[in-house]
Amino acid sequence: MTDVVFDVQQVTYRYTADVTALNGVSLTIPRGRRVAIMGANGSGKSTLLRILDGLYFPTSGQALAFGEVLSEEHFQDDTFAFAFRRRVALVFQNPDVQLFNPTVFDEVAFGPLQMRWPKDEIRRKVADMLDLMQITHLKDRSPHRLSGGEKKRVALASVLILDPEVLLMDEPTAALDPRSQSQVVDFLVGWGGGAKTVITTTHDLDIVEEIADDAFIFQGGLIVAEGTPAVLLRDEDLLRRTNLIHSHRHAHADGQLHAHPHRHVGHDHE
Amino acid sequence: MTMGEIRRAAPTRRRRKSFVERTIIGLAEAMEQSLYAEELAHTDGLLQKIDPRVKVVGMLALLVAAALSHTIGVILGLFAGALLLARLSQVPLRTLVGRIWVPVLLFTGVLALPAIFTTPGQPIAHLPLLGWAITAQGVSGATYLITRVETAATFSLLLILCTPWTHVLKALRVLQVPVVGVVILGMTYRYIFLMLQIARDMFESRQSRMVGRLTGPDQRRLAGASVGVLLSKSFTLSNDIYMAMQSRGFRGEVYTLDEFVMRRSDWLALAGFALVAGAAVIVDFRF
Repeated sequence: MTDVVFDVQQVTYRYTADVTALNGVSLTIPRGRRVAIMGANGSGKSTLLRILDGLYFPTSGQALAFGEVLSEEHFQDDTFAFAFRRRVALVFQNPDVQLFNPTVFDEVAFGPLQMRWPKDEIRRKVADMLDLMQITHLKDRSPHRLSGGEKKRVALASVLILDPEVLLMDEPTAALDPRSQSQVVDFLVGWGGGAKTVITTTHDLDIVEEIADDAFIFQGGLIVAEGTPAVLLRDEDLLRRTNLIHSHRHAHADGQLHAHPHRHVGHDHE
Repeated sequence: MTMGEIRRAAPTRRRRKSFVERTIIGLAEAMEQSLYAEELAHTDGLLQKIDPRVKVVGMLALLVAAALSHTIGVILGLFAGALLLARLSQVPLRTLVGRIWVPVLLFTGVLALPAIFTTPGQPIAHLPLLGWAITAQGVSGATYLITRVETAATFSLLLILCTPWTHVLKALRVLQVPVVGVVILGMTYRYIFLMLQIARDMFESRQSRMVGRLTGPDQRRLAGASVGVLLSKSFTLSNDIYMAMQSRGFRGEVYTLDEFVMRRSDWLALAGFALVAGAAVIVDFRF
């Protein structure tokens, strides 16, 4: 059994001839690691996640998952596709994209139904998952009636029910209130007890040290830095160059105006 | 000049709502109506307690009985039955009047009105000034048309108001309506609200930056541009949704899970629907 989950070699991805999202990216993700991919908007983070989930295929270079190449030809094969979908799950940034079923119950049952699990087992597992995510009371609700935090929990439940080995999370805390953000972070910290691989894209620097062992910083479709979150987050110059922190003028309580680079922590500054 | 003075100096004539305002109000009303229907579907009324499959079959049977009937008494009897069901299911009369009876009367009335004059038969009155003859057969035909449509529409509305839409869809699935069609209906219902929300946000953002009234051509240009943007957004959204489906194992086949369980009261309700619909057909046939 290979200890490398993803092996990305010189991957380039172009949306059109003029728009290049990834430009020769190479990285290796070992099994059981929690990885953060940081970068400003448009740096290529989400495109990479979609390549790792077999939704996009590289324009050049290759991406391997569990030692197998992720290619359109491979996904034509039902055996490969089902095995891959069972092992790798993606939580989209916008939960409205992911919640397409009429009710929360149907949403959570969608994945197992595609995997052709026995219906009794699906009913039991959906009930257990709703209970685990504390959303049983929402089971008959339509997803469009839910709050942002509730939608995110349903989106998580809808992929976790398959008990994947790898979880890909695209901006999990974007547009969530502080309480919902902390619930998502708590989940990411505790999920799988260290046995699962979790890859999270984010530009929310305050959660990176909690949710990741390793981190990459993307800019313009390239990896510009990699290391532990503690080391990368101390490099103020790097963070400023990659638009992950910024300087602006602001007043302090004594009325003095000045400028320095800082990160936002809730509504306060560091 | 203070704001109060400006307001007092402004003309007091009621301003006609602009195209943008009317659109925002329309979108908000559409969302409110759906919320109201969902609330009503969860109240503790008679129809709300019945299995959705029984309701779909039962209402369909009553609707067909009303459509096939040639006896005004039978149609009015079914209409009275619909009123009783509405009462027992806590559906307010004003909801029926506003949502069905008046719009149906106006729409069907437009269709039925010419028949009053053009149907050959016994003249019972003449239109003042024009002198057109109103025939008994014409009035009878128009009455049948309007009462049938009002009755059928009332049954349909009761079904929709007293059943969560998701249950209606599941009931259709159980009743062997092709799964793909039901899933498309379900996704349409799911995303129409998201598109309504996006449309409302777009119009509100435009409204917040507008002063004065738009001219006719500008309103048409605005409407055209908004439709274009919405179409483009819906295209992107549909691509993303397809990828989200693929990501969870979708390979083009649709699988579903149904959880309805028939209780004794549901069998009784089914028998009740069958009895009333059957009685209506038999009475109509006899007379």
